[in-house]
Amino acid sequence: MTSLLASETAAVSFPVLTAMVLTPFLGALLLLVLPNNRPEYFKQVAFLVSALTAAMTAWVMVEFDKAHAATFQFVDQYEWIETLGISWALGLDGISLWLVVLTGALFPIVILAIDAEHSPKPYYAWILVLEAGCMGVFLALDLFAFFVFFEIVLVPMYFLIGQWGHGERAYAATKFFIYTMMGSALMLVGIISTAVITANTTGNDLTFGLIELAESQALGQTAARWIFLSFALAFAVKVPIFPLHTWLPDAHTNAPTAGSVILAGVMLKLGTYGFLRFGIYLFPEAAVYFAPFLVALGTIGILYGAIAATMQRDLKRLVAYSSVAHLGFIVIGTFALNTEGIEGGLLQMVNHGVSTGALFLLVGMIYERRHTREISKLGGLQKPAPMLAGVFMVVMLSSIGLPGLNGFVGEFLTLIGAFAAHRWWAVVAASGVIIAALYLLWAYQRVFHGPAEGDNATMPDLTVREGLTMVPFLVAIVFMGVYPKPVLERMEPAVDALVAHVETHVEDFDEPVADIAHHVELEDLADLGTDTHGEEDGEHG
Amino acid sequence: MSLSVLAAEAVSGVSTRTHDANWFLENAWIIPLLPAISFLVILFFGKRLPKKGAELGIAAVGISFILAVLTGIAWIDHRDNFELEGGDAEHAIIADGSIASDELVLTADAEEDDHATDDDQAVVDDAHGDEGHAPAHPYVAVQNSTQWFQNGGVQFDAGILVDGLAVMMLFVVTLISLLVHIYSTDYVGGDRRYTHYFAFLSLFTASMLFFVLSDNILQMIVGWELVGVCSFVLIGHWWEEKPNSDAALKAFLTNRVGDVGLLVGMITLFFAAGGGKTFDTITINENIVNGTVGHAALVVAAACLTAAVMSKSGQFILHTWLPDAMAGPTPVSALIHAATMVVAGIYMVARLYPVFFEGMQIGGSSINLLATVGAITLVFGGLLAFVQDDIKKVLAYSTVSQLGYMAMALGVGAWTAAVFHLFTHAFFKANLFLGSGSVAHAVHSFDMKKDMGGMRKFMPKTYITFIIGSLALAGVFPLAGFWSKDEILVGTGGWGLFGGTGGNGAYSFHLTMGLIGAALTAAYMTRCVYLTFHGQFRGDTHGHGDPHESGPRILVPLYILSGFAILVGFVNLPSGIWLVPDGWEERFGHFIEPTGASYFPGIAHGTPSYSLAIVASIIAVVGAGIAFLYYFVWVDRRSKQVGESLTGLPNGLTTTSAIARTGHKVLVNKYYLDHLYTGVIAGFTKGPLARAANWVNQNVIDGTVNAVGETSVRTGKLVYEKIDQGLVDGFVNGAGIVSDATGQELRAMNSGRVQNYAAILFAGAAIAAGAFVLILAL
Repeated sequence: MTSLLASETAAVSFPVLTAMVLTPFLGALLLLVLPNNRPEYFKQVAFLVSALTAAMTAWVMVEFDKAHAATFQFVDQYEWIETLGISWALGLDGISLWLVVLTGALFPIVILAIDAEHSPKPYYAWILVLEAGCMGVFLALDLFAFFVFFEIVLVPMYFLIGQWGHGERAYAATKFFIYTMMGSALMLVGIISTAVITANTTGNDLTFGLIELAESQALGQTAARWIFLSFALAFAVKVPIFPLHTWLPDAHTNAPTAGSVILAGVMLKLGTYGFLRFGIYLFPEAAVYFAPFLVALGTIGILYGAIAATMQRDLKRLVAYSSVAHLGFIVIGTFALNTEGIEGGLLQMVNHGVSTGALFLLVGMIYERRHTREISKLGGLQKPAPMLAGVFMVVMLSSIGLPGLNGFVGEFLTLIGAFAAHRWWAVVAASGVIIAALYLLWAYQRVFHGPAEGDNATMPDLTVREGLTMVPFLVAIVFMGVYPKPVLERMEPAVDALVAHVETHVEDFDEPVADIAHHVELEDLADLGTDTHGEEDGEHG
Repeated sequence: MSLSVLAAEAVSGVSTRTHDANWFLENAWIIPLLPAISFLVILFFGKRLPKKGAELGIAAVGISFILAVLTGIAWIDHRDNFELEGGDAEHAIIADGSIASDELVLTADAEEDDHATDDDQAVVDDAHGDEGHAPAHPYVAVQNSTQWFQNGGVQFDAGILVDGLAVMMLFVVTLISLLVHIYSTDYVGGDRRYTHYFAFLSLFTASMLFFVLSDNILQMIVGWELVGVCSFVLIGHWWEEKPNSDAALKAFLTNRVGDVGLLVGMITLFFAAGGGKTFDTITINENIVNGTVGHAALVVAAACLTAAVMSKSGQFILHTWLPDAMAGPTPVSALIHAATMVVAGIYMVARLYPVFFEGMQIGGSSINLLATVGAITLVFGGLLAFVQDDIKKVLAYSTVSQLGYMAMALGVGAWTAAVFHLFTHAFFKANLFLGSGSVAHAVHSFDMKKDMGGMRKFMPKTYITFIIGSLALAGVFPLAGFWSKDEILVGTGGWGLFGGTGGNGAYSFHLTMGLIGAALTAAYMTRCVYLTFHGQFRGDTHGHGDPHESGPRILVPLYILSGFAILVGFVNLPSGIWLVPDGWEERFGHFIEPTGASYFPGIAHGTPSYSLAIVASIIAVVGAGIAFLYYFVWVDRRSKQVGESLTGLPNGLTTTSAIARTGHKVLVNKYYLDHLYTGVIAGFTKGPLARAANWVNQNVIDGTVNAVGETSVRTGKLVYEKIDQGLVDGFVNGAGIVSDATGQELRAMNSGRVQNYAAILFAGAAIAAGAFVLILAL
């Protein structure tokens, strides 16, 4: 394994990925030993630590070799628990790159933008622990390490919601924790089983190394399917996929703004990323087998989340339900199992992190000023706060998927991919775009249009600091909408490799292709029209 | 890749496009870029400029207009004189630069053998269409594109496609936008969001131009949506008032419904006609023209795209947003809802015409979806215009009706007639909208019955321009509307056209509807003119004296548009009629219609008929005459008799006839479509459906979760207390230390419940894993 990785990686002397995981963690420890009588330092230290992590992320992004985006780069590998074959293995490829960048960028903004309402020391410490965990999940190349990180993130989020949240925070925090634990407990079963069965079948030493397990494909069909389900449950809760989503609105609504931003921006992607990195990669056959089922659930999620969002009275809850719909798109893209779909889904993960993260920040700003998120109590805010309204409008349009902004590219690629694989589900999913416009614009209208009365009329506009924190979001939204090429071209080799991996290891599976012309003679195009009933996984040309 | 290589590879694959042409044609992308830049500059710096940003918008659009004119001149030259390298006069030979060259080779390989026949046919058509002119030059579009991004071997390009259709639209959009900009400086002068208004006028213009120039269907989607968003912002310009905000929302949402059709239709085309490989408009059209695309896929695509047209171009039954959109400032109505945005749907059909021509089998048929939607729209929209009191709503429904004509024309195969009507309509409808704004500016209201009447005396100049616009709209000889409407009627080919020769099929039903529509148009415009300009002034000027004529910044655009309304009909005089010099015949069609181009279907052209023109004119005159007798004679007399203003009058027919009353009620309620949409459909989604979803969420899904959770916790407690005390206690204490660090409150609140649970789960997981491995390994 070591040789496989090392041979394809540029020699990096400094273990940058390990540093990216450990820096925020050490930063959290540093915070704990800071004297309590100097509270003004907490935020500064936390920001510096996260900024340092972000700088490393930026360096990684620049140094990332896009020609070899399909292979893991910057790999750090150390023995961890030798007897059990567990190692500390971190690596980065085109699939994880942008999620890592997103994580690195989002945390400093969140720390800078939002002050702790009380007890700043543990607040910032927990946020840094959360960052370490999220980084770890996206970077881990060892199943056991992955599991540890996957679980670690629950703890800080639990405390953030529980202690700094609003409303029914105890209920929300507990529900969040238990829900996700339930899923991941079974995943632990799956992880242990995978490693043990693989070791038994191949006769090699026990290992939890992702690449070795995925390449050996030693599991029998039935076993793989069952184990896939155990992973899928954990990820489905985390995404969340309908009908396992009910923790999300509660958690979002009651979480502090920082919690919501991180939850939407990064943590929901742990599930969809898990599907790509572990679900499909480890169990290609099972992924193909269950794909139609997951696509169906994703589509239901799109419509269901959207419909549920239309009736929300709480602005934050509305955005939370919109996440359910958006993640439905990511799921159908992922399980279209073709380059367009997976890449579209991956891009949507980043897009959703940016747009929904920004939306939660904006909702937080409104809440801070008005001390309510009830849509009916807001109104006419565009008058006193035109800047806030303008920024909200752009972010909202990006969330709707307006062309020229980031949401469109991902959504369109997802639809193309899904259309090639599951035509009718794609058509149904496309109708989700109407409802997305309905609930978001309707909310916008009620909150920002109309006459401004009472406290609404005197609401202050964005401060300079708030304005500055929104700038990176707006830049990302416009940049990725207008020029997605640099983002996509770094993803594509890795996505292609994943699809090729599935094709290699699953008999009778061809990528449900968009470029029919490559696979069939053009005369066959004439048959395409008559073939609209085909609901199969692909065009078996 | 050099031209010769390509030409050699593509012996039979003939594509009529080039990357090598006049500078203006190749660089037409500057035209949308200028207003796009001016949008950003106005948005960020507009308020600091001396004229609050208006000057910048006018300058940008003005330069774009000049460029559009130069592009038009370049195109006229290109159309008649451009020779492709190595080409001969009979055939258009492939010419493509290095950009997107592999894609072109693919297309070339893909062409089928029977291509030659198609091409011959096209050449024959071409010769037919240009009878009497100099030897025909091939129709060669200019394309210039660059990669946007690429994915899985699929190119996502951004580029421009310049041909007659695009050039015509560039001219219309920039001219009308420029006039609207100038008009707006007076009309919305002193507005609370003056700068914001001009910024979005610029963005709207840029989006529409971007859409028009698209060389691929993906870019069309982008432009289409951007136009929609701009209309949302501009319609809701005065968002403090709920109706305006509602109208904006309704416009956006209704368009969103059509957008689903657009997305699905375009994706279908991408796979079926683009081979899942390219979005390029020309390639897609070529594949369809060459017959390599399955019919069923085209039917699906055409039907989906028709839905998009219905929403964007206000076709019955998705037209309901358009009249409401009159809530926006009047110049915006003129720009968006008469001349440009709403014609996006028509333009899209014209651009992707093979999809509709083949998908709906327009040739040789007598009925199809698009033509019928158009025919119904033109009559139903016209009827609704009769019951409006708001002058802008009359014009809005008139727009709906005229867009129906265009859709119908495209549906019956009269491509040039549709595009020509789009062209002429843009001028006279913008004229009418701006004229109505001029009147409203004077009386501060749009209500014809309550606040207008007799305006002729106060605003003679506006009156004259409004009359010219009305006559042109009503299709009175020899104004613009007469020529374009007549061509549409000819194109239907119904009833043997009273002696003319037919078009692509025998669309008698559509001809009938077109004739009814002509009568309706003349009649409702007569009513509108009477109520606004004749009779007694019924308004109240609140002591400001009589209303007075508008200033030059309003009048000059009206004069210019009136001039166009009179003259533009002459650019496409039918061939073979009396007194028309050869060089004047069908000039518009010659330059605009891509006859013989590889991306355009071989449509047949009807020849005009005197008798049809005369019958249509008589019908229009009769319609106008009846309305004239009713309003100018009967109502006028009655109102003088009773000495009361018109609003006090009972509406004659509706009080005496039950049928008329019912009809009136249906019309006033707009066929109850709004009740259906907002009351029934949206109400159901936001109400029962959303509530049901929420109920399921709270009770079924969450209820299960809570029940499971509680059971687990209870089990956990049991286990904790009875079985596993020592182990778990230690864990809890460990976790408790962490809790201490974060505060007492949380600990009290959770009392270790979660920690227990976690520990038990892990223990359980370990046991289960063992069991599982055991089972599977055996």
